[in-house]
Amino acid sequence: MSTTADTAATVRRPTRPRRRRIKPGRLALYAGILVITAIMVLPFIWMLSASLKLDREVFAFPIQWIPEAPRWQNFVDIWQMIPLATFVYNTAKITVIVTLLQLFTSSFAAYAFAKLDFPYRNVLFLGYIATIAVPWHVYMLPQFLMMREFGLNNTHMALIFLQAFTAFGVFLMRQFYMSIPDELCEAARIDGMSEYQIWWRIMLPLSKPALSTLCIFTFVATWNDFLGPMIYLTETELKTIQIGLRMFISEYSTEYGLIMAASVVSLIPVLIVFLSLQRFFVEGIASTGLKG
Amino acid sequence: MSSADTDLEVAVKQAQRPLLTRAQRKRRASLVAYSFIAPNFLGFVIFTLGPICAAFALAFMHWDGNNPIEWAGLDNLFKLFEDRAFKAALWNTIVYTVFSVPLTLAAALGVAVLLNGKIRGRNFFRTAMFFPYVASLVAVAVVWNMLFNPAMGPVNMILYTLGVDPSNLPGWAADRNYAMATVILFGVWKDLGYFMVIYLAGLQGIPRELYEAADIDGANSWQKFWRITVPQLAPTTFFVTVIMTIQSFKVFDQIFMITQGGPGTSTLVLVYHIYNESFVSWDLGYASMVAMVLFLIVLTVTVIQFRFTRETD
Repeated sequence: MSTTADTAATVRRPTRPRRRRIKPGRLALYAGILVITAIMVLPFIWMLSASLKLDREVFAFPIQWIPEAPRWQNFVDIWQMIPLATFVYNTAKITVIVTLLQLFTSSFAAYAFAKLDFPYRNVLFLGYIATIAVPWHVYMLPQFLMMREFGLNNTHMALIFLQAFTAFGVFLMRQFYMSIPDELCEAARIDGMSEYQIWWRIMLPLSKPALSTLCIFTFVATWNDFLGPMIYLTETELKTIQIGLRMFISEYSTEYGLIMAASVVSLIPVLIVFLSLQRFFVEGIASTGLKG
Repeated sequence: MSSADTDLEVAVKQAQRPLLTRAQRKRRASLVAYSFIAPNFLGFVIFTLGPICAAFALAFMHWDGNNPIEWAGLDNLFKLFEDRAFKAALWNTIVYTVFSVPLTLAAALGVAVLLNGKIRGRNFFRTAMFFPYVASLVAVAVVWNMLFNPAMGPVNMILYTLGVDPSNLPGWAADRNYAMATVILFGVWKDLGYFMVIYLAGLQGIPRELYEAADIDGANSWQKFWRITVPQLAPTTFFVTVIMTIQSFKVFDQIFMITQGGPGTSTLVLVYHIYNESFVSWDLGYASMVAMVLFLIVLTVTVIQFRFTRETD
């Protein structure tokens, strides 16, 4: 079937009128898009290009976008000059734990808020909503003092506790669960499923889009977080990639090629996650308009 | 066979289950519900709600984090009026907001309209616009610092080749007159993609018929943009403006990375002041009082949004 359609198309193509002249409006449109895209992308290309250069070549003008002799050694050196592997490991550890905790506790709580009836439900939910509007900067200090009291200073636990239980996650998941018909849960209850089974076997599989959205928001925010680790982590072996990068910048402030190479490395995980789950990210922003 | 057996077993088991009274069943259901919210709720109460309440209390205390806490009454409030750094921070935060919000808004709307139509490589362009938003701030701020390096950065090199006199070249982040502009430009560049996505969603909601009717009436694209697109997007624009305003009152990371609040106090903002008073000066009560100011501003914006959206609904 498809082959006949294909041949029909190829046969018909020459008889079609030649492509119309490109209108000037269309040309201006593409020109505008290309200029803006260049502004958005060139800093990254410059970064990539500089990461393969010697320090003295980085600021050479006119800019040589493709270095004559790419210096791959930069990408080897950075792992030896700073404990980059440790930083990457620490960040990955914190990010994965926070993301898993966030997904589990948010979807778990959201199920009760969306589908179960219990005393003070609305009051408790209102408490969640009200805190979404409070900037973290307002309570970062008492939070820090409390963690210090708990002896969690200079531990990864502090960062995990700080980011794993957000009102935003509960809110996002609840909104999604509200759109799932109650009849589905009713039917499952009649079949003798417990509430935990309903959550695990019905709600979770149905809420993949919302879970993906929350997953990306949390992953990107935790991986990129910078103020949190800066306040809590003082020991080098505990630091995350963002703090390590900053340390590297101030320590080797004139080793431009190396700084750029380390920056490129720090962007790769987010780039991979972003490109593979981009669709959900965009949908998530479009539908909630909130960020983590 | 076996499935019939198990069905039967289930039925028997259910029949044998002790009958619960209504009240008992209700209590059991509530317990189940509480068990669902408990893991998140406990974390939320301890690590978010608790500290929020503590922040309010701390604003009326004197504390350096080590010596005993002392009651301060309104001391910290009065200190606000005498603190020149606070006034600078408040003013700079307002300046940042007043410039960055309209700029980001216009840029995001423009890009969304450009990328809404049938365009080759549309997804590529959208991804490119969006990437700065997800990229780590530390990494992109470093690039930004290097691109805008006053002495040898490419941006000034380009201005120089365009004929700008070397003595007139801006010093960007190092220059009192340009530092705020540098930070604002960076913010617009970084956040544009995020708001573009919200606008793209808004554009999807405009009925096609409006444009078709305008075509019949012979309207050109410019007229269609001003007479249909902009008014139809008004709710989105309102929503975006509120989020942006709240976000720009919380600006910190990029300033920390690019200018560190300087030169002088030219880019000192509220959150930076909170950070300094907390983790540099350890004047914890006063830091919390400044945080209250930030909270009140954000609260006001949120309440206004709430009022407006309720009225328009």
